Amino acid sequence: MAVDTRPSNITVNSKAQLLEIVIVGDWLLESQIPDLDLVLAQLGDGSQFKQLVFSTESLGRWDSLLMTELIRLIAYSEEKGISVDIKTLPSGIQGLLSLVSAVPERVGVRRQSLQLPWLEVIGNSSLHLQSDVNALIMFIGNLTLSVSAFFRGKAHFRWLDLWRNIQDCGPSALPIITLISLLVGLILAFVGSVQLALFGAQLYIADLVGLGMSREMGGLMAAVIMSGRTGASYAAQLGTMQVNNEIDALETMGFDPMEFLVLPRVLALIFIMPLLCLYADLMGIIGGALVTVNFFEVSLVEYVNRTVNAIHMMDLSVGVFKCAVFGVLIALSGCMRGMQCGRSASDVGDATTSAVVTGIVFIVIADSLLTIICNRLGI
Amino acid sequence: MSSPCLSIKNMTMAYGDFIIQRDLDFTINRGDIFVIMGASGCGKSTLLMHLIGLHRPIAGDVLYGEESLWQADYKTRQRLLQRTGVLFQSGALLSSMTLAENVALPLTEHTRLGAQRIRQLVSYKLALVGLAGFEDYYPAELSGGMQKRAGLARAIALDPEILFFDEPSAGLDPVSAKLLDDLIRSLRDHLGATIVIVTHELASIFAIGTYSVFLDMDSKTMIASGPPKQLLAESNDPKVLRFLTRGASENPSFSAIKTSGT
Repeated sequence: MAVDTRPSNITVNSKAQLLEIVIVGDWLLESQIPDLDLVLAQLGDGSQFKQLVFSTESLGRWDSLLMTELIRLIAYSEEKGISVDIKTLPSGIQGLLSLVSAVPERVGVRRQSLQLPWLEVIGNSSLHLQSDVNALIMFIGNLTLSVSAFFRGKAHFRWLDLWRNIQDCGPSALPIITLISLLVGLILAFVGSVQLALFGAQLYIADLVGLGMSREMGGLMAAVIMSGRTGASYAAQLGTMQVNNEIDALETMGFDPMEFLVLPRVLALIFIMPLLCLYADLMGIIGGALVTVNFFEVSLVEYVNRTVNAIHMMDLSVGVFKCAVFGVLIALSGCMRGMQCGRSASDVGDATTSAVVTGIVFIVIADSLLTIICNRLGI
Repeated sequence: MSSPCLSIKNMTMAYGDFIIQRDLDFTINRGDIFVIMGASGCGKSTLLMHLIGLHRPIAGDVLYGEESLWQADYKTRQRLLQRTGVLFQSGALLSSMTLAENVALPLTEHTRLGAQRIRQLVSYKLALVGLAGFEDYYPAELSGGMQKRAGLARAIALDPEILFFDEPSAGLDPVSAKLLDDLIRSLRDHLGATIVIVTHELASIFAIGTYSVFLDMDSKTMIASGPPKQLLAESNDPKVLRFLTRGASENPSFSAIKTSGT
């Protein structure tokens, strides 16, 4: 390895109309090399020279570095109308040079600069927004068609897929839902207790936690968790299938990807989300009870009685209904982003990210709308 | 006349308890176009993985020149492997980067060259493989053959001494496959690199291979070695002959298929 590198140099000898380029030393990627621009400057406008030859008797070892310099030199000379005699170069370099020019650059293949002016970027993204909305409407339309096919018993999909999806987004999600809902119930209880304890009304923590969880927080928390967990996984699955041409393959086999892939996922989430919501409600209430019973001198029986009195069937139904809507939205954004995925690894990442972002945005907007509607209807 | 570039010493490869190939022992000389051949599933690509440091053999060793690849520590291994370039079967270009970024990746990582110099080198490498002007394209925008050539440009980015190819002509039409073969040969001639090819394409094997080993699936070891044309002319082994003649060395027996099927 430890071979000394000889210093490289390049000089120009001019004999009347003949230019001789003398290359000496080692030309390796790591070595210091002379600046080619100085040599190019000596060629001037090139009008007084006819031919350029090389002298490489003292050229040592060389690699791609020398090649790039030679290519620059030759291109520059030919541009100036000096004919270059590459026969005077070693045969290895000649071979590489002929290989480089074997496939000339096709006209129009080179791309113009990829940097767009900022105004164009803004314009592009606004145009993109419109096509995004169009795609969403198309997707909802297609999904509606396949749901109606499902109810007419004509949808082509495998029940096993539906079952696996239910397994995947239901029971497997319970641990994380348990943890988060329990903690949310706990937090609600602590926050409420600060005010309520002032009036000695600790008992009403049960009302606060019960109503808060069942009408709002249970469903919302379940939805946010499921958006990060299942929505992202749907987008990644479908996106990877898109990259591997699996979706194209399904289509050629006569399957509608909407029915075969999207429908079981959407159905699974619609079916599971209300159940997860009830479960999250229960966990939240248990979390509230833990705090109230342990810290605020309320007995467990009192707490349970208070909770049962406070929560009406309507409160639970509102929460469950909201959560079913969230389920549709999560499945929709996950599957849509997955199906729209491009064909590269980073596209899958983008699809996953935007599935979660879209999902959470949808959830929050839907939650606000539903809350306003419930308020107006007096439910 | 030629010095050993890569020696495989009594190597045994396995996945868990399942032995793929055992007792492999051969030498690849500098300047060879060395073909590793055998039927699909016999362990050719696995052997390649062992040569380029991705899988550890359960016995035996690989020598780069005189230095051991698998006895060495991690740093030495990285240094040895920097002298190699690999073209994977599908090109294995990073799909989120343009061709220029793909080819520039090893240059920016392993050298201290400036951006301008790297740009020149990238253009040169892409021109070498016939992709001049495609710097700003993403791999997904190119055909399979072009992706493969771009992968080759990335493999030769650091002027490697040894170039490994995994099924270079798989998925290419005959003309593109021939062009790729020619390209491989001229790169060997002009860059002075040693070439190791894993393939079962007979046309390529005979066209460019200077030496070869034949891996057998049943006996789990190499059963023949030598220049491919010489093997065809002189080998007595029915398996080798059947492979090298596309099964023409014996009469295809349909009765055997019938009895073994169903």
